[in-house]
Amino acid sequence: MSGDTVIEAKGLTKTYGQAVAVDHISFSVGRGEIFGLLGPNGAGKTTTILMLLGLTDISAGEVTVLGFNPAREPLSVKRRVGYMPDTVGFYDQLTAADNLRYTARLIGFRLNEREKRVGEALERVGLADSANHYVGTFSRGMRQRLGLAEILMKGAQIAILDEPTSGLDPHATSELLGIIRRFKAEGVSVLLSSHLLERVQSVCDRVALFSAGHIALMGTVSELGREVLGAGYVVDIEADGAGLAERLALIPGVSGVEPTGIGKLRLHADRDVRPEAAAEVVAMHGRLKYLGVQEPSLEAIYNHYFETKPDEAPKEGARHAA
Amino acid sequence: MRREGSAFNGLGVVMLKELADHLTSIRFIILELIVMLIAVGTVYVASQDIKQNVAEDPFLFLKFFAGSGEQQLLSFITWLTLLVPLMAIGLGFDAVNSEHNRHTLSRILSQPIYRDALLFGKFLGALMTLAIALVVLWLLVIGLGLLFIGIPPGGDEIARAFVFLLVTVVYAGVWLALAMLFSVLFRSAATAALVTLGLWLFLAFVWPILSSVLAVVIVPPDPRYAALGLQTPGTVVLQQFLARLSPSTLFGEIVLAILDPTTRALGPIYLSQLQGAVLGSPLPLGASVLIAWPQIVGLIATTIILFVIGYVVFQRQEVRA
Repeated sequence: MSGDTVIEAKGLTKTYGQAVAVDHISFSVGRGEIFGLLGPNGAGKTTTILMLLGLTDISAGEVTVLGFNPAREPLSVKRRVGYMPDTVGFYDQLTAADNLRYTARLIGFRLNEREKRVGEALERVGLADSANHYVGTFSRGMRQRLGLAEILMKGAQIAILDEPTSGLDPHATSELLGIIRRFKAEGVSVLLSSHLLERVQSVCDRVALFSAGHIALMGTVSELGREVLGAGYVVDIEADGAGLAERLALIPGVSGVEPTGIGKLRLHADRDVRPEAAAEVVAMHGRLKYLGVQEPSLEAIYNHYFETKPDEAPKEGARHAA
Repeated sequence: MRREGSAFNGLGVVMLKELADHLTSIRFIILELIVMLIAVGTVYVASQDIKQNVAEDPFLFLKFFAGSGEQQLLSFITWLTLLVPLMAIGLGFDAVNSEHNRHTLSRILSQPIYRDALLFGKFLGALMTLAIALVVLWLLVIGLGLLFIGIPPGGDEIARAFVFLLVTVVYAGVWLALAMLFSVLFRSAATAALVTLGLWLFLAFVWPILSSVLAVVIVPPDPRYAALGLQTPGTVVLQQFLARLSPSTLFGEIVLAILDPTTRALGPIYLSQLQGAVLGSPLPLGASVLIAWPQIVGLIATTIILFVIGYVVFQRQEVRA
């Protein structure tokens, strides 16, 4: 195992009786990387996470987390890994700070360190003012932030977040994603699962698309876009000038030009052709109003992938939801 | 292969947290109020009785616990037999399923502790809460007893009362372990509470009646004994065996042996066993404990077995909601 890999899974499998929840998946997460496990409910994301933490038995395969085997050395793994479960819960009758103090005592921090870490963690997720409020009064977004505070307080090297943004309003979501980005800035690796593809697209370095217990696709979002959507790049251009469409079509790499409105054209290309397109418009003395490249969206990749491979499409209700 | 680290990592933390939760909960305040009422009420009733009837009894003080005469139904021990299971079930029925339902279980178990620590810590925390309530109740009864009759208890009486206190805590442990078992088995706290209460009602009230009926059905009484106005030994032995499957029966027998020093045996006695006995003379404490020893061991064993079943189920349970 190289020094830069923090999670390494090989052929990880989980079966419940006859049902296979996770089927021979392999992936690795590097230090300081944000890795997304994406896919519909019931695709095996949460089960994978629980296996990484040693909270459920591994049926077959191997996994190492920071060099430890979660099934044999769960305490070493759990001491170094922070976990925020789907719909994280806290003790409503305790204050936010007391909830964190309880966790800190379970981890084994001494009194002085405990108070320092709890205070800092609450400060960093913006809950310092609510530290002595009962968690029972907290909104869902605040609970999620408290969950992240717990991981910060723990000083975890890996943060595992299960559906961190589900059920949050857009403002709370962007706040949460901001905190997750700061994890990365501090060298903490993040493994997050979500079924909300476009939300996590913006934070993930690499993603693995889950489907019915398999990893269907894995890589960076743009890699997946090229792989699945083919001629990956779509460039939108808004400019005037007669015969512009014909000239743009001659740019090497452009496979098609279609008008999408008055003075608006869409180019399909196998690479980013924005510089050449701009040069053509300027050469024609045209006026360039808009030029943009569409990032391939995960949603498009996902839908396209399962349209072309219907036999691998996630079956609704095939298993209980996560 | 051995598991890494100690199963008791975090045990003390969980126990203290549970204890703090219980002690500050509304449940416990209500519990303490009931304890106060029972202590005052039963000691008052017992003192009225003692003043009238049993002024020369050498074990006067134990009457506060055991009750006597026609006031038996209002005695402390009657109330305690009712109250202790209710207290234990009240503290234990939502021990594990509430963690599931509040979505705190997976978060807590992702900390560097084993499930052992969580379950055992919860058990010890609740048991300590019960022990605190019972000690308070015990001290109240002794204190009020002193106030009402003004005669200090003797050393043997205090020793017997203390053994009685310990046994009561063990008895509470049985119901606590049962309630926690159901809190592991049933995801809904209401279901767990109802099932535990139902089982308690069955074991405490229905089973003693049912056991005598069953004994008569299985071993029909011999008409020769019936003609002499005696019970058939086989039937009685079976009836007692069946009845002793209920912890309530065991507790009742222990209490009888500990709080009544004249108790010589629990169950049928043969005439040969009475040879040389001075009937009505008190036994030393050691002998009384010896009489009830199998029952005491039975209660402890029941607690351990129930806890172990709950433990095994909990270990194999999936943490996800």
